[in-house]
Amino acid sequence: MNEKKGKKGLLLTIIFSIISVIYIAPIIIILYNSFKKKAYIAKSPFSLPNEQTFSGFENYTSGINKTSFLSSFGYSLFITVGSVFLILLCTSMCAWYITRSKSKFSKCLYFLFVFSMIVPFQMVMFTLSKTADFLKLTNPVGIIIVYLGFGAGLAVFMFSGFVKAVPLEIEEAALIDGCSPLQTFFMIVLPILKPTAISVGILETMWIWNDYLLPYLVLNIKKYKTIPIAIQYLKGGYGSIDIGAMMAMLVLAIIPIIVFYISLQKYIIKGVAAGAVKG
Amino acid sequence: MNRTIKKYSPIFVLPTLLAFIIGFIVPFILGIYLSFCKFTTVTDAKFTGISNYQKVFSDDSFIHALWFTALFTVAAVVTINVIAFTIAYLLTKGFKGTNLFRTVFFMPNLIGGIVLGYIWQLIFNGILLYFAKTLTFSATYGFFGLLILMNWQQVGYMMIIYIAGIQNISPSVMEAAKIDGASRSQILRKVIIPMVMPSVTISVFLTLTNSFKLFDQNLALTAGEPSKMTEMLALNIFNTFYGRTGFEGVGQAKAVIFFVLVAVIALLQLYYTRKREVQA
Repeated sequence: MNEKKGKKGLLLTIIFSIISVIYIAPIIIILYNSFKKKAYIAKSPFSLPNEQTFSGFENYTSGINKTSFLSSFGYSLFITVGSVFLILLCTSMCAWYITRSKSKFSKCLYFLFVFSMIVPFQMVMFTLSKTADFLKLTNPVGIIIVYLGFGAGLAVFMFSGFVKAVPLEIEEAALIDGCSPLQTFFMIVLPILKPTAISVGILETMWIWNDYLLPYLVLNIKKYKTIPIAIQYLKGGYGSIDIGAMMAMLVLAIIPIIVFYISLQKYIIKGVAAGAVKG
Repeated sequence: MNRTIKKYSPIFVLPTLLAFIIGFIVPFILGIYLSFCKFTTVTDAKFTGISNYQKVFSDDSFIHALWFTALFTVAAVVTINVIAFTIAYLLTKGFKGTNLFRTVFFMPNLIGGIVLGYIWQLIFNGILLYFAKTLTFSATYGFFGLLILMNWQQVGYMMIIYIAGIQNISPSVMEAAKIDGASRSQILRKVIIPMVMPSVTISVFLTLTNSFKLFDQNLALTAGEPSKMTEMLALNIFNTFYGRTGFEGVGQAKAVIFFVLVAVIALLQLYYTRKREVQA
């Protein structure tokens, strides 16, 4: 019995190894194409670079210059980190408050947050970009407020679900001992909410870092391009597409994601699973 | 307790509420109102009743996009969930390397739609080169291209949800089934699948709404080519807004219809799969 199971396990390991290699093949193909001369990429995308087709880092330098990738990276990083931080801080406070105070206003607000989760972005994209224009939120700082507003639904929903499971007695004890609600929240509730905060933070990071349409419509894109916008511009802005630069930019766009994934892998997978159960 | 925290409501609620008003409530209400208007910017809106909606239904590209999206959504929901569940089922059997495989399968999910679109554009065009065709040769290629892309991106995420579901089944239930002499396929059909229904609910919900609302991948992979034949609803709405001046009202009306469709489909799905969830 055990031997049989061992053989089967080995077979599964081999099969899955092959599938895994096929699974990451697209990324490997992009990676080695980014070192090939432009003319050879579309002509024979699957052949490895050789002496004739190898171009060194030429695609990278031309791509970085054409898209000003470094500033795009900076904007993407700033907007993602700023938005996620603000979302975590504000929505956890808001979720705690509206779960604990059982007024009609709170209930109504909670309903609106949940409702906003099923509204597709296209429904509000035009009016949202006009509103942002009107309020002068078309810069990397302003868009953080827009993200807080549009991303609040999911975050409040997830935090509220978790706050309900926090025993009231702990908070009451803290209040009786003379903590103000602010102290109670930051010293008692927030540490308990940490696992949920990690889940929410990861889900919002994945969304905001990769988001294309919202920043494209809200930001003043003559000045500020995030990474997805810069990549899309490489296609649109230069007539015929510079496929060499495109390959290099795709690689540069993937590298931060892989670094993020490998360093936080455990939390990401847990966060996704926890987020799903709550949803 | 209630009275003490009430004083603090401005600090706790106001920042989120203000942003929510700016980022959601105002645009949403304005959006509904503008779908009944003719306008190019918000300030020059003139009320025109339901004429925008009438134009939507006489727009062939919208009707085509609707069918294309519906067909794509059905295909994507079925393939993604079947593949993800199969992988999850096998990976919970405990053999060497399951953690590594899980890591690999999840990874594409973190890559954004625009980047994904261009990665697969190169791959598909490379394969089709052998047949002297390109991805934008026919809508069928675009359809299956998008389907493969979405599977590649989403299978890992749904796999994680299914693995969590399968691992949540208490060992005693499995044990009992085995002692009662249930075969492997009986355990799968009569124990595992009913017990992971909550995971099915959420996975189907996510794949359904993600596929129906797909935009970035569609834009980057085919941009609707050839001649709008692979244009999905979200891209069709975008092109109506920003592609032709004077059609902003029609675009907004399309957006409202889109919202209603998404909401109705999502709620119906939640209702029907929730009903099938069981307790241990």
